[in-house]
Amino acid sequence: MAEVTLRKLVKHYDTTPAVRGIDLNISDKEFVVLVGPSGCGKSTTLRMIAGLEDITGGDVLIGGDVVNDVPPKDRDIAMVFQNYALYPHMSVYENMSFGLRLKKTPKDEIARRVQNAAQILDISELLERKPKQLSGGQRQRVAMGRAIVRDPKVFLFDEPLSNLDAKLRVQMRTEIKKVHQKVRTTTVYVTHDQVEAMTLADRVVVMNGGNIEQVGTPNDLYHSPATKFVAGFIGSPAMNFIPCALEEAAGALRVRLSDELAFPVPQDRTSRYRSHVGRGRLLFGLRPEHIMEQRPHLEPNQTPFEVELEVTEPMGMETLVYFLVQGIEICGRVNPNAGARDGKRIKLVADLNNIHLIDDESGKVL
Amino acid sequence: MANGIAAKASASSAARGMTMQKLMRRRSTTAFALALPLIVLILTLVIYPAFYAVYLSMLDRTMAHFTGLRNILFLLHFDTFWMVVKQSCLFAITAVIFKALIGFVSSHFVHNLPAKGQRKWRGMLLVPWVIPTAMSTIAWFWLFDPSYSAINWILAKFGIEAIPFLGVPGWARFSVILVNVWYGAPFFLIMYLAALKSVPDQLYEAAAIDGANWWQKVWYVTLPMMRNIIAITMLFSLIVTFANFDIVRILTYGGPVNSTHIFATWAFALGIQGNNIPMGASVSLFMLPILGVAAYFILRDITRRGSSV
Amino acid sequence: MSATAQAISSVPARRGSLHRSRRWALLWSYFFLVLFAIFFLMPPVYMLIMGLKTSGEIAAMTNPWWVFHPTLENFKALLTSTQYLTFFRNSAVIAVAVVIITMLIAVPAAFSLGRMKFWGSTTLATGVFLTYLIPDSLLFIPLFKIMAWVHETTGISLLNHWWALIIIYPTLTVPFCTWIMIGYFQSIPKELDEAALIDGAGYIQMLTKIFLPVALPGIIAATIFAFTVSWSEFLYPMAFTVSTDQLVLPVGIVTTLIKGDVYNWGQIMGACLLGAAPPLIIYAFLMDYYIAGLTAGATKG
Repeated sequence: MAEVTLRKLVKHYDTTPAVRGIDLNISDKEFVVLVGPSGCGKSTTLRMIAGLEDITGGDVLIGGDVVNDVPPKDRDIAMVFQNYALYPHMSVYENMSFGLRLKKTPKDEIARRVQNAAQILDISELLERKPKQLSGGQRQRVAMGRAIVRDPKVFLFDEPLSNLDAKLRVQMRTEIKKVHQKVRTTTVYVTHDQVEAMTLADRVVVMNGGNIEQVGTPNDLYHSPATKFVAGFIGSPAMNFIPCALEEAAGALRVRLSDELAFPVPQDRTSRYRSHVGRGRLLFGLRPEHIMEQRPHLEPNQTPFEVELEVTEPMGMETLVYFLVQGIEICGRVNPNAGARDGKRIKLVADLNNIHLIDDESGKVL
Repeated sequence: MANGIAAKASASSAARGMTMQKLMRRRSTTAFALALPLIVLILTLVIYPAFYAVYLSMLDRTMAHFTGLRNILFLLHFDTFWMVVKQSCLFAITAVIFKALIGFVSSHFVHNLPAKGQRKWRGMLLVPWVIPTAMSTIAWFWLFDPSYSAINWILAKFGIEAIPFLGVPGWARFSVILVNVWYGAPFFLIMYLAALKSVPDQLYEAAAIDGANWWQKVWYVTLPMMRNIIAITMLFSLIVTFANFDIVRILTYGGPVNSTHIFATWAFALGIQGNNIPMGASVSLFMLPILGVAAYFILRDITRRGSSV
Repeated sequence: MSATAQAISSVPARRGSLHRSRRWALLWSYFFLVLFAIFFLMPPVYMLIMGLKTSGEIAAMTNPWWVFHPTLENFKALLTSTQYLTFFRNSAVIAVAVVIITMLIAVPAAFSLGRMKFWGSTTLATGVFLTYLIPDSLLFIPLFKIMAWVHETTGISLLNHWWALIIIYPTLTVPFCTWIMIGYFQSIPKELDEAALIDGAGYIQMLTKIFLPVALPGIIAATIFAFTVSWSEFLYPMAFTVSTDQLVLPVGIVTTLIKGDVYNWGQIMGACLLGAAPPLIIYAFLMDYYIAGLTAGATKG
């Protein structure tokens, strides 16, 4: 069984903490993505799992065994690096078979495994070439092939797509997902790109400042973020945050965003929020995709309001609109035919089923 | 109006014509002029003397008569000459191999240190290269002295017999190579240290995950990446060591019994001190084939360097 | 803040396998480096020890690695000996003159070969590099004859005059210095040329006002190289100068101070140390430029 468990994992560089105590359970065959901004500790965590960094505190377990003192080559892992790290003077075949050759694996076994991996990745015709003769995408596939050939318990990916151009990144993302479907190995994948995280992961681990902010399925993270950080990190364009006040009037709750703009709180949230009425430092969070163009038929809890647009950005399949509330720029996504134009006054609809109220002091979502 | 100005301009330029001024402004002329002193220097003091050496070798001892290849043929039948050839090759090849080896090994150790320490150690270890060869060779000469050798003094403390560093052919050859290695290894250290830094860390990490131990990492990652710089430095050093004069001249002056003579020192002995310029020139010329071959390989590697990796 | 501090102290210090193997590697590195340092530094240290010994102490054959009665009389004798000071002066004047001549020839040539592409410039650059490979041990005999011939035909006596070396030494320094400078000049982006041209600069102005300041590290490295080579050169002065007052430092120490039976080795070692001092001092202060000059040859351009 190839589960990976992190128990109170801590990493200090001299006295600077990089990872401040992480607990995580990754099940066998699961694809887990560690995501977060630069410096959040995700790469450090991955390298501790790999054995490339010393562990200051806590434990790493692979397959149920504590591997803190086990050197990388004995942990039964394989790693795909951001810069591919292919041996420049070896052919693709030799690159992929290097680990097996060091273990003195018989030649036919090596050939079988390499051919198998090459087929999965569609690089069979490239086996005799040298890395410098390959494109970026091909090199990345060779790096993955090297990992697959080892048939390890865990795959570790360290920002593998960061060096590719945007179009190639989308392509390779799909490749990686397909590979995981064929070769069902436990995978820990590190990236700073939340789109990659959402599209690839079974579960996403959002990290910030050396701590885990939240662990959950992409869906969970999108619909039920636990903190302001997660709410603002997942989703693009990012969630809108507006300082607000919670009011009570005739038994119903209302969120006031400005003198002109207030929204009724949906009924099913009333009991949850009632205790926070009148509280200071509240933030109102709503994603741009839940601010839409006016429509004839409104669902329950969808409320219209009117604003003057500052800027519009036609994206083709939708138009991003920007308007000011309390001096803060708010983003909405409307149908391209909604007639949105710079400076125009327009009616928009807010889907209040998807609002989030956030305590700005603690950063927690209420 | 415009026509008038144009007419005036063309008239004045016609008057100037292809004057010196115009010639000076041409870019390629300035470029050539800037390089001229260099070209003159090399032509008169390097190229011409080199060819002159060939001519000189074909004269007789009095330098009055042209004798063609007689000097060269004489050398080819002279026993001492072949001893000099053997000794030169032995000296150069052995010294270069050891210099490269020590340089390679020590560069790894320095590379292992934290960055601040590296600078200190690098500074210390380069000292032999900085001291003029003549001065340091005199120190070695005294360290090897039959009566006063400080090295033998230490050996005596361990009960080991005194070594006749400069008195016996075998040991004399050893001593000459030792001093050359002492002097030249730091150069290799510096070059290889710089090259080591250019090998990306991630290659070593990938190799660690693939299961390589430390010497497999050196064999499969470090050496292939450093192949070019190793080749270039060894060829360079081969040329310089082959043509060495200072060390042998000061330590042994070619002795004992001509066993440590190399081309340069023997040419000096024959040509300047033996007053046989043509013979001396002939001896020096024998260095040319080896130098030429080494230079060819160096050129080939330097031009090839950019395309690898 | 305090929470973090507590966290650090409460976490037991773990020594993983990686850390252990790194520590071992470090220990072994220091061990071998100390051995190498002993090997490399032994002769200069020995020079110093010997320089501080009296002739009596040397003859007494006590521990050669320790000075029991240190004395500065060797150094004093050297610094007051006109002979030694003559050697020093000759070497110094030659070195400085050669450095100036070298830079005057090499810098413009490097600028021209490195940036102003003209017909044959690449061949010339390679040719310059190749001449560096023609050793002094090949050229000293024909040069000897040439200098004799010059004396015969023009009456100018080049042989046995130390200043004649100033003409010869540049052949040793110019090729490599040019090579270093070409590399530095080539590393300056092309856009600087074009901006200067638009600003109305001629090529000479470009060289002095823009390239020289930017390529200063290369110039310093080349200067150090030229100085060190001139200071240390042994074969040419050995062949071309004979009278005591015409000798330069390396040759002077070797031929005159070593008088066979006179056990003045304390003074000889002191002489060697003082003679090695200028390059060593330059090295101590400008080590990075020194090393840059070395590595520039093989790795740049």
